[in-house]
Amino acid sequence: MSPRRTETGGRIDRLRTIRFTFDGAPYTGHAGDTLASALLANGVTLFGRSFKYHRPRGLLSAGVEEPNALVTVLRGEVREPNIAATMVEIYDGLVAVSQNRFPSLAWDVNAVNQLGGKILAAGFYYKTFMGPVFGPLKGTRFWMFCEHFIRRAAGLGKAGIAADTSRYERMNAFCDVLVVGSGPAGLSAAKAAADQGARVIMTELEPRFGGSANWSGETIDGAPAADWAARTVTQLEGHDTVRLLPRTTAWGYYDGNTIAALERVTDHKETPGKGEPRHRYWAIRAKTVVLATGSFERPLVFPGNDRPGVMLAHAGERYANDYGVLPGDRIALFTNNDSAYRSALALKKAGAAIVAIVDVRPELSAEMRSLATEAEAEIVSGHAVVATEGGKALSGLKVQRFDMNSGTLSGDARSIHANCLLMSGGWSPTIHLASQAGARAEWNADRQAFLPPKPTQQQWIGAGAFNGSFSTVEAITEGRAAGLSAAGATGAPAAVPDVEATPGNPDPAPVFEIKAKGKSFVDFQHDVTAEDVRLAHREGFVSVEHLKRYTTLGMATDQGKNSNVPGLAIMAEALGKPIPEVGTTRFRPPYSAVSIGSLAAERFGDLKPERLTPMHDWHLANGATMYSAGLWFRPMIYGLAGETIEQAYVREARATRESAGIVDVSTLGKIAVQGPDAGEFLDRVYTNMFSTLAVGKARYGLMLREDGLAFDDGTTWRLGEQDFLMTTTTANTGKVMQHLEYFLDVIWPELKVTVTSVTDEWAGAAIGGPKARAILAACVTGTAVDNTALPFMGIVRGQIAGVPVMICRLSFSGEMAFEVYSGAGYGTHVWEALVEAGKPFGLVTYGLEALGTMRIEKGHVTGAEIDGRTTARDLHLDWMLSKKKPFIGSAMMDREGLIAPERLQLVGLVSLDNRPLNGGAHIVEELDAANPHDSIGHITACCYSPALGKHIALALVEGGKARHGTRAFVSDPLRKRFGPVEIVSNHFYDPDGSRMHG
Amino acid sequence: MLITCPYCGPRDVIEFTYQGDGNRERPQPASQDLDAWNAYVYDRLNPAGDHNEIWQHSGGCRTHLRMVRNTVTHEISSTGFARGDHNAAARHKAGGKS
Ligand SMILES: [Zn+2]
Repeated sequence: MSPRRTETGGRIDRLRTIRFTFDGAPYTGHAGDTLASALLANGVTLFGRSFKYHRPRGLLSAGVEEPNALVTVLRGEVREPNIAATMVEIYDGLVAVSQNRFPSLAWDVNAVNQLGGKILAAGFYYKTFMGPVFGPLKGTRFWMFCEHFIRRAAGLGKAGIAADTSRYERMNAFCDVLVVGSGPAGLSAAKAAADQGARVIMTELEPRFGGSANWSGETIDGAPAADWAARTVTQLEGHDTVRLLPRTTAWGYYDGNTIAALERVTDHKETPGKGEPRHRYWAIRAKTVVLATGSFERPLVFPGNDRPGVMLAHAGERYANDYGVLPGDRIALFTNNDSAYRSALALKKAGAAIVAIVDVRPELSAEMRSLATEAEAEIVSGHAVVATEGGKALSGLKVQRFDMNSGTLSGDARSIHANCLLMSGGWSPTIHLASQAGARAEWNADRQAFLPPKPTQQQWIGAGAFNGSFSTVEAITEGRAAGLSAAGATGAPAAVPDVEATPGNPDPAPVFEIKAKGKSFVDFQHDVTAEDVRLAHREGFVSVEHLKRYTTLGMATDQGKNSNVPGLAIMAEALGKPIPEVGTTRFRPPYSAVSIGSLAAERFGDLKPERLTPMHDWHLANGATMYSAGLWFRPMIYGLAGETIEQAYVREARATRESAGIVDVSTLGKIAVQGPDAGEFLDRVYTNMFSTLAVGKARYGLMLREDGLAFDDGTTWRLGEQDFLMTTTTANTGKVMQHLEYFLDVIWPELKVTVTSVTDEWAGAAIGGPKARAILAACVTGTAVDNTALPFMGIVRGQIAGVPVMICRLSFSGEMAFEVYSGAGYGTHVWEALVEAGKPFGLVTYGLEALGTMRIEKGHVTGAEIDGRTTARDLHLDWMLSKKKPFIGSAMMDREGLIAPERLQLVGLVSLDNRPLNGGAHIVEELDAANPHDSIGHITACCYSPALGKHIALALVEGGKARHGTRAFVSDPLRKRFGPVEIVSNHFYDPDGSRMHG
Repeated sequence: MLITCPYCGPRDVIEFTYQGDGNRERPQPASQDLDAWNAYVYDRLNPAGDHNEIWQHSGGCRTHLRMVRNTVTHEISSTGFARGDHNAAARHKAGGKS
């Protein structure tokens, strides 16, 4: 038996033992345990070291608000830091480690920070590191010097560097009523709405539905509350229109009543089920949202309130009733309200000795006195805890007489021996989602809490503790009413439920802090003390938003779930203003941490779509190394055994120029532009004329953006009087389509033109080289392919291996070349026929590398040069700018800055030291390491040119054309590549085009 | 945010692409008025309140919508086809240049 596990009780499965490790040590727990409850059962009190002072910290809570017990969970190489141990369900093989300690949790060298507490007070970073620079070690330079050490010492868990291999999913859901939270209020709301026939979704961030019913020990309608909850869940499961989502945190409230939620599908499993995602992101659209999100218990602020063993009162109760774990065997309580008395009694019943209940209130009700008597606890009323004792676990506390009205202490301190102190500073409704939806919280002086306002529209309805209605009978009554109303029912709710509960007044005494010597923590996770808040005030911070940023109060991963109201109360006192005048901060999404993977979902990893050309399998079967370009996969090289990438592309390019080569060009964007005004439309879209293009001919076209910069290029084929086939660069296909649609739909709706994306309908193969025409002649039937039938830029239709094809004679490689298009389904059939026909002619297949090499040799531009900053003139394409007509961009393209002679212009570069050039390298006029010169441009593309036998590149260089024939240097400090180059024309190879015109 | 496409009905914003300020006036294609072109290409209204916008139902029917959206509350008070509405007076109602 574990040292702190009770003999009976709790909702864990004692027959199932689960083995896990924490900081390398093996432990066991039971099914139903969290990492927190299992470690607590094993007598572990120390869970982590605090953020700034490295103070030992234990569990503060039992739920999502936990600020102290943050751990890193390891799954193989993947580490997930900063997870609350209270939210980790244990499974066999779980590996968790503590954080922010060095070298070990028990022996932490940085704990010396505790001794120098003054140094790290509020604003330490600003004051020390953001000051002016005097001398070598002041201000920001000093920061740069110290940053490495401080970042290692201060902070939370360490992020991993291994890629996350988990799968994530997104789901959209729609419902009439979304119920957030499944305590008595949420369950009642869901049941009432479902009984009306409404479509209901209920989310619960914990594994089990029922909320406080699982551990309150109350009786509802004659049954133990937990049984009542289980029965209600069963009833809900019987409705087809109800979806129940456990382990699902509703974290964002967005426009249109859309709730973002995160479902942790497999975090609690040793091995995920087949196809199961780790997390699922839900976008839930609800007609009405019922907020039944409950409330958080507040800590009291007093010296030593962060010592391991000091815990929230309800958390102690929950560990006993829900998990069968006692947080201590000699327990003291410290409270300003009645709710702690129920906790005391619960722990007494679970087997602990309750040594004292310290209450700041001088007068207690007879009911509380009798509860204390039942718990056999001494009542220490009108007193406060002023110190705690112990190291890594609590050994005792000191109390002193306390005057609630003046906040003063008097008399001698008295010691109480206890190994657990449970505190209760009242309750704060969990109003985060309502605040996100725009609701402004209102201070309620009775409850000493910010309550949600009455909703103005029927967007959301609150129920239960969320409304500040802390009793179970109120929760059920309000839940039923909310459910009925949300479902649109007008009838009165059913009779008042029969609840047996311990009595208690919901209103606490207005006491937040006990001022005594020692560090009293407000924000446990960020190590912000009450004195830090006062210091910030003394230094002039009066706005709550500024206070937050200066002290970092409430800015840790728990976002101040515990610390918000106490922090505000201390601030208000310092300012001498009532709390509502100091105001509260507005909550923003997310309510709690959300995995980035769930937001990316199918856009990442194995669910990301892949675009494959019709010939993809053929490429794989024939030795292609594939390259991913956007979503597309394209052959990079068809390497032979033992070849390097460079050897392969040089061989492929050389063979193409010597005999023939064939390349898959199916990825080019293809858009059918059809209709009576198609020619006119293209004249407006392209810089050059298309209305005059003869049927059966193609033309190279250039598009500009509205601002006059180059946008895209490609060939457009006139297949009929009203029928054009436009091709675009692979990367710009979607953008060009959207551009055309915008102009047709919004600007020129009078044009009778339809545009249709046909990229996936056509398979394309480009075959080029001196033998290309002979290869076509050998396999094409139904048309001649000689110079008369198929001149440069001509189009013919014929068949290859019985399949209809369309052939256009155009060239990207600079050789005599043809693009052969067939229906996508015939792509491989036609490709294979071409390859077969080419065998006697020495035809090679070539990939993107050889394609790029040949285009660089020809000086053609692609997306690397049409980069959104270059004009037609910069790229020497001004011959394409028609003077006979306006076109998109024509009015703006001649602006002063766009025609300036010093603009970056396209040039060619030849490496003069015979070494390879690098893409992105800068070009400078002089090489001088001591006195670096300004860049005059950069390399956009580079290769070894087999045709020239040299390393060459295309580059954009200032006033480039005027520099032809001059020398410059590449300067690439990152890759340590420096050396001389000659600037030449971008047309390296066959500048007059005699090879392609044949 | 839900956007009501005149063809497809109410759809999630994820299906739409913002295509800019709907108050822009494109000059006649042959216009040489550089000020007018500059205004069209670069000037954008940025009101805190009702704004006249063009959106494309890019993940659906691909039509362009003209709609009035409140940039503070995200409330959409009207949606309709952008087509044929290029110079209509309607878009001067909300946040338009007069
Ligand atoms: Zn649509």
